[in-house]
Amino acid sequence: MSPAAYVFLSVILFVIGGVGVLVRRNAILIFMSIELMLNACNLAFVSFARLHGNLNGQVVAFFVMVVAAAEVVVGLAILMAIYRARRSASVDDASLLKN
Amino acid sequence: MTTLAATGVLRYSWLLLAFPVFGATVLLIGGRRTDKWGHLLGVLMSLASFVYGVIAFFTLLGYAAPDRSRDLHMYSWIPVAGFQANIGILLDPLSVCFVLLITGVGSLILIYAVGYMAHDTDRRRFFGYLNLFIAAMLLLVLSDNYVALYAGWEGVGLASYLLIGFWQFKPTAAVAAKKAFIANRVGDVGLSLAIMLMFAEFGSVSFTGVFSAFSSGHFGGSGVASALGLLLLLGACGKSAQVPLQSWLLDAMEGPTPVSALIHAATMVTAGVYLIVRSNPIFNAGPTAQLAVTVVGAVTLLFGAIIGCAKDDIKKALAGSTMSQIGYMTLAAGLGPAGYAFAIAHLLAHGFFKAGLFLGAGSVMHGMDDEVDMRRYGGLRKLLPITYVTFGLGYLAIIGIPPFSGFFTKDSIIDAAWEKGGTSGWILAACAIIGAGITAFYMSRVMLMTYFGPKRWEENGVLGGAGAHPATKEPHVPHPHESPLVMTVPMVLLAIGSVAAGGFLIINSRLVDFLAPVVGVPPTSHGIWTVPGTIALALALIGVGIAWAMYGRVPVPAVAPRGSVLTHAARADLYGDALNESVLMRPGQWLTRLSVYFDSRGVDGLVNGLAATIGGTSGRMRRLQNGFVRSYALSMLIGAVLLVAGLLVVRL
Repeated sequence: MSPAAYVFLSVILFVIGGVGVLVRRNAILIFMSIELMLNACNLAFVSFARLHGNLNGQVVAFFVMVVAAAEVVVGLAILMAIYRARRSASVDDASLLKN
Repeated sequence: MTTLAATGVLRYSWLLLAFPVFGATVLLIGGRRTDKWGHLLGVLMSLASFVYGVIAFFTLLGYAAPDRSRDLHMYSWIPVAGFQANIGILLDPLSVCFVLLITGVGSLILIYAVGYMAHDTDRRRFFGYLNLFIAAMLLLVLSDNYVALYAGWEGVGLASYLLIGFWQFKPTAAVAAKKAFIANRVGDVGLSLAIMLMFAEFGSVSFTGVFSAFSSGHFGGSGVASALGLLLLLGACGKSAQVPLQSWLLDAMEGPTPVSALIHAATMVTAGVYLIVRSNPIFNAGPTAQLAVTVVGAVTLLFGAIIGCAKDDIKKALAGSTMSQIGYMTLAAGLGPAGYAFAIAHLLAHGFFKAGLFLGAGSVMHGMDDEVDMRRYGGLRKLLPITYVTFGLGYLAIIGIPPFSGFFTKDSIIDAAWEKGGTSGWILAACAIIGAGITAFYMSRVMLMTYFGPKRWEENGVLGGAGAHPATKEPHVPHPHESPLVMTVPMVLLAIGSVAAGGFLIINSRLVDFLAPVVGVPPTSHGIWTVPGTIALALALIGVGIAWAMYGRVPVPAVAPRGSVLTHAARADLYGDALNESVLMRPGQWLTRLSVYFDSRGVDGLVNGLAATIGGTSGRMRRLQNGFVRSYALSMLIGAVLLVAGLLVVRL
């Protein structure tokens, strides 16, 4: 299988993730979509690393995983706090900073 | 003539200034602590200056005539590379005449003021201001350059402002003070421009520097001389209340009477004449300016005289007369070397008789509870005999009855105008002669209404009316009484001056010869009795006759009659205020309104519009911040897409 197919898969996954971020209201699902986008990126990095024959992309993929883990920790903590305060995980309810 | 360094006793000529400066400083800074003896210090400082002035005068007389100009350099006031303004004292025949006039007449008036202001709680402040005035006036006449002269010029303006508005609780006095100050500013601009022009043309502002350029002929043509002359004339018009800047002098009578006598009759208002006579090399080189000076003088002498005819307020009648007499001096000063000495002679004689007349008016007011309306006087000659006699002598002097002062000095001016020749000479002489007739009329009117006829003051007391006693509602009746000795003695001394000064100065050309080194010699000399002088005397007698027919033979009505159109005009100061109002004030207000409109609509509109645009845009952009995370995510996505698209386009 050509590595190009992995790149196309990565694009498809990224778009699914992006649409998910835009259309879902539930914060958990938005998080999952973000994770999907990040992993689509990882897939692209790894594929390009394979295509170019060096390890740079694979190293960056590890960094992305670490950052994603950290982000999920912080994000879920905020999410927990909001849910406890408002009994809702909908992002549209948490729009009090407008105006 | 050359200026020599001051030697001997003249090295101490700074004392002339130091005495009144000291007095003013102590009285104005010392405050209420000096209330008890403040007036005495004021008089003493003025007298000390006078004593030194007399010593300086006789010292100058001791020198040979060409050596009588003595300069004392005191210090460099504004030393900038090319610009040197020094404080220096120039004692020469011209300035010493003024020193004697200012300190001599000034001291007499200060002594008078001790009595006149005795009941005023602010007498100490009054004497402080008067000392300030004397110091500034002495600086004006003694300085050896135009910049220091200008400092004195402004100083007397300040003192005049402070003293006109001395009773500042009276709104009329406060307004009159402001009016005088502003009218003077117009003239001051002329003088300051003249000084700048001098520096630009000659690189010097000292008398010797400027005048030597004229005497050597390197002054860039008569255009420069005429421009300088006209600017100086503007300055002189402001300070000396000459047309067209005359309107402030009549209102200046709101000040206490000693102020009117000293500042607005004897000394400050003659500063313009001093300026013209002092700047004689400039005017000699600029015939246009000279003609303008004579025209201003002739117009003002008739203007003031006509106003003087219609005023019922005794001080305003005298103020009109002052304008008119200074018009004579200005006219003479415009005649060139033929008239300079006579301008100064009339100035000195006028200093005596007009100060005497004002002090007489003050004495009458003192006895009449500050009543100034001559229609409420009458028959005062028996009640105020000393005032009557001294005022009468001043009256005879001003209308030019021989052998009193005015006869000699005024006729000299008329003769000088007559001998100018040509059409202009005839017109000027005719104005001066007619002016003499009008002078006799209005002064006789003042005399008759005040001292003759039946008494008219009791009838004005109405039960509970204006001026009634506040508690008892009794009608208030003045009890005219002669003033105390401290007031009458100066009046007597001034009366002696008004009798003798003119003859002393004119006979044997005493003053002409004395001033010759400074102002030059008149081309012709004339005798005492001349044709135009005789005509003027005859007209004066006719004026007296008319005044007697109108105010002596028939009783004076207590309420002013309607009068003719001319009377109305004269009562309104010949519409001088109306003219200023319509020509200057109203366009000025329009200009202000236009500026305000332009500022609020134009400038503010631009700035406010910009702010409103930004505010409005921000308000619309604020809607984008709706708080929905997903719309932020969408804008981030759009941004990212645009960024990537941009990168792709650039790479392509």
